[in-house]
Amino acid sequence: MKARFLVPFGIFVALVVFFAIGLNHDPREIPSPLIDKPAPALSLPQLPETSAAFAPESMRGKVWLLNVWATWCIACREEHPVLVELAQSGQVPIVGLNYKEVRGDTSLNPEQLSPAQELTLGRDRIRAWFSQHGNPYTFTALDLDGRVGIDYGVYGVPESYVIDKQGVIRLKHIGPLTPQVLQTKILPLVRELSK
Amino acid sequence: MMRTLLSILLLLITLSAFAKEAAPLAQDPALEARLMRLSKELRCLVCQNETLADSQADLANDLRNEVREKMRQGMSDAEIKHYLTQRYGDFVLYRPPVKSITWLLWFGPFVLLLSAAASLVFFLKHRRRTLDETPLSAAEAARIQSLLNQESDRA
Repeated sequence: MKARFLVPFGIFVALVVFFAIGLNHDPREIPSPLIDKPAPALSLPQLPETSAAFAPESMRGKVWLLNVWATWCIACREEHPVLVELAQSGQVPIVGLNYKEVRGDTSLNPEQLSPAQELTLGRDRIRAWFSQHGNPYTFTALDLDGRVGIDYGVYGVPESYVIDKQGVIRLKHIGPLTPQVLQTKILPLVRELSK
Repeated sequence: MMRTLLSILLLLITLSAFAKEAAPLAQDPALEARLMRLSKELRCLVCQNETLADSQADLANDLRNEVREKMRQGMSDAEIKHYLTQRYGDFVLYRPPVKSITWLLWFGPFVLLLSAAASLVFFLKHRRRTLDETPLSAAEAARIQSLLNQESDRA
């Protein structure tokens, strides 16, 4: 007779557990297949301005943070002071992957620009942003057409990757970095990888 | 009456003059049709319940261009899907592949259905066993018989 009440109660508890797990899952956080894979090769114009292209190989032997951002991205604004502080603490070098600086800004008409003009405009916008808000990045690579973003599986800015000494992606964080995310997720991993 | 009709007519003429001509879809309609077919199978990562074919998101546009280019380079649909899953994971596919971590997704509903059917059968059998079939007493049988007789008399 007892089972008669226990069975529906058991089903109810199971449902509650399923809902608790399901509703606490952020559907926007898509697991990246790039974890534990070598960071995709890229060769992009960079800031500080040199004729050489930025390539991730130049960071070999270091644990570093790749931060995907753009000046038109609102959440990146929120994240920026956190990055500046992190860069000042010297705990981990940050490389900026600027995502579609010109084309991503809907207030501009990028179709009318030549590639060279687009690059100049992109660099100018980034420099202006840095002089106003500070520059946390060791390098900034300019992904003007978003192709490199596709190779890294970027689907929204900001996103951040922790890359180890061998150039392997170890973690991807979607959304802005907060002090809490840094303390609980990013920095412990960086410390462990730096050992 | 005539004046209203005329003004409506004039209005229609001006409207059609303002309408912009639709830009040609692409130079290659066959490739465009293939793109549409493939991108219906792919999920837009930004607006997750839309296909890549339907989505107006910026990234969807970029990805469609990427797929278009891969098609021009002669890549097969399977190769393009592989290219995208390498970057965005199985999430881009509306039909996830059958592998160990998706077994629950693919076979879970059938398991649920089977277990529901099994418990129904079990329940019904169990119930039949617990319902005690007490035969009618002689008095009850007689009463039923008289009631039935009354019915047939009335008819």
